[in-house]
Amino acid sequence: MILKPHLEDVQIIGYYLGKITIGIGLFMLVPVICACALGEINPLLDFLIGIGISFLVGFLLTAICFTDRDLNWMQGMIVVSLCWLLAMLLGAIPLFLSGHYRSFLDACFETMSGFATTGLTLVQDLDHLSYAHNLWRHLIMFIGGQGIVIVALSLFVKGFSGAFKMYVGEARDERVLPNVIHTSRFIWLVSVVYLALGTLALGITGIINGMKPFNAFFHGACIFMAAFDTGGFSPQSQNVLYYHSFPFEIITIIIMFLGAINFKLHYHLWTGNFKELAKNIEMRMLFFTVTITFLLVAIGLYKLHTYPQALMLFRKGFYQLISGHTGTGFQTIYALQFNEWGDLALVGIICAMALGGAVCSTTGAIKMLRIGIIFRALKEDVKRIMLPEKAVLFEKFHHIKEIFLEDKQVRSALLVTLCYLLLYFIGALVGMLCGYPFLFSLFESTSAAANVGLSCGITSVTMPAVLKTTYILQMWVGRLEFMSIFTLLGFIVAAIKGK
Amino acid sequence: MKLLLPRPEIARQPLAANKQKPSCISCYRSTMLYFVWSIVFFLTIPCYAQPLSSEELIINAKQHDNQSVNYRGEVIGDIMVRGNYAWINVNDSQNAIGIWTPVQLIKDIQYTGGYSSAGDWVVITGIFHRACRQHGGDMDIHAATIVIDTKGSRLEEKPSSFKIKVAISLLIICLTATIIYFITLSYRKRR
Repeated sequence: MILKPHLEDVQIIGYYLGKITIGIGLFMLVPVICACALGEINPLLDFLIGIGISFLVGFLLTAICFTDRDLNWMQGMIVVSLCWLLAMLLGAIPLFLSGHYRSFLDACFETMSGFATTGLTLVQDLDHLSYAHNLWRHLIMFIGGQGIVIVALSLFVKGFSGAFKMYVGEARDERVLPNVIHTSRFIWLVSVVYLALGTLALGITGIINGMKPFNAFFHGACIFMAAFDTGGFSPQSQNVLYYHSFPFEIITIIIMFLGAINFKLHYHLWTGNFKELAKNIEMRMLFFTVTITFLLVAIGLYKLHTYPQALMLFRKGFYQLISGHTGTGFQTIYALQFNEWGDLALVGIICAMALGGAVCSTTGAIKMLRIGIIFRALKEDVKRIMLPEKAVLFEKFHHIKEIFLEDKQVRSALLVTLCYLLLYFIGALVGMLCGYPFLFSLFESTSAAANVGLSCGITSVTMPAVLKTTYILQMWVGRLEFMSIFTLLGFIVAAIKGK
Repeated sequence: MKLLLPRPEIARQPLAANKQKPSCISCYRSTMLYFVWSIVFFLTIPCYAQPLSSEELIINAKQHDNQSVNYRGEVIGDIMVRGNYAWINVNDSQNAIGIWTPVQLIKDIQYTGGYSSAGDWVVITGIFHRACRQHGGDMDIHAATIVIDTKGSRLEEKPSSFKIKVAISLLIICLTATIIYFITLSYRKRR
């Protein structure tokens, strides 16, 4: 029997949604400061309207649904899934008002792409977009990369037991430190320290490359936020190709890689435990999968003579691959140039995108830990067949500590992997229904669902609204890793059918 | 090749000559003569290439690789000087393409496109590279000539009166809501 949710459930969900909405409004103050400093009047008004609506919705929700009760698991999951949709709608307001988006749906697409750290974009005439709007596009990636709820938790909440439920709901089931609030603050500390260092490195490189100092540091900050949070937006329409700089590409590769590794591993590296880097199952899997997928890409490109020199092949092939594997989506080629890459290289990139980076990082997709667990389970099963029946067999893997492989972990890894594969194929199917070829549909669908952002040219303002909506849903579901979305669906079903 | 199409007025010249009406064999001969003459004419005159769009260059990159092309667009972002050369990025409203140019060719460029300015529109003649060997495989054009087509300008920002009204109204409502919210909160806590 399905139990109908109580009004109390709705009240608690509404109250916490309201709090997070106020938090989103407060974050819009950053582009407001930028617009004031640079004298951008219309962008300033766009963001004031955005803040006004966010605060209004937030205050209304908290006032109407006021409660002092804590969240349970179901409510926590629903708050997370709904707050991402609400954040998309509110974050899209200033972008839509900028006049650089054909419709509100396009602005919503951009905001979800930003929050989910995807990087697919529908902006028009990006090269004339204001600094404030550009900063917002990149800031939402930074907020989304850390997790919208984590931002609210670490900045606006002193501590409550429901915090962990929302933390898990945002696909972060690992605690770096014993307390969730401390964990989210550590994640912020890591991000802010890297932000300072990354912006400095990219800014100086920009100046050496001939950019004006202000632009160099503004671009540096934006590109850092996009790279570390494995987002993929860029302040210019050419993406990273705009800079025409090999050192700039190398720095972004390092930042993308840092963004793709587990925050727990960051903690160990910060405390001087560098051995963990070599022992960790995720790092080993990442090395293995990058090697295999790069081989596919390199052979594919070599066979077609797409890039006649080894350096070219590295700068184009390896960069796009790392960008796809880490879930960033930076491109140093035009989207339509994927046409000349051939099927094998495209399959290599699709595989890399589908696999993703580490758990508890800012990447999307299946993730290395799950792939590692599935491989270990396969190895265990093969061993079981080969050894005598009475032999006691156990498999271990190293992830921060030695862990015995259990059926529960394998089941969970396989379920999530299956869900991701389904999500990739559903998007590809919709793409094909809209008239695009299979491989390109799969490429774009995987890019959206795995929160990557590489595009082979399908994502554009002219693509059908149904495909835009599909990609928005894929980005949302892919970022939250299914559980909170399934809980929301269950809640809706219970509200309709429950007794 | 598309880039060597003659200007329309040049192409019309042989057609205009066809208006003469000689008879029989002489008519056939003269037609043949004009036909041969026109082929020779098209092959020998210096052609004025029409600017190609960025989309055409990207989609048919192999066809245009290492060929001289004309490309027209707005200079956007930064002019990145690297020694005696510089990178400029030129957007034709579809995509922006990187132009590698000697510094002296761009000394007349005053405005580059951004939020507060419309950049100079330039016509570039140069060699297009699908995957430039000198620049790590970038798709670019090595400029031989750059001509400023339309001057850019500073863009005056006019605040939208509608946005001002909406923003002020919303801020007043929010301020009131905030005050009511905190009063209600303190009342509830006391209770």
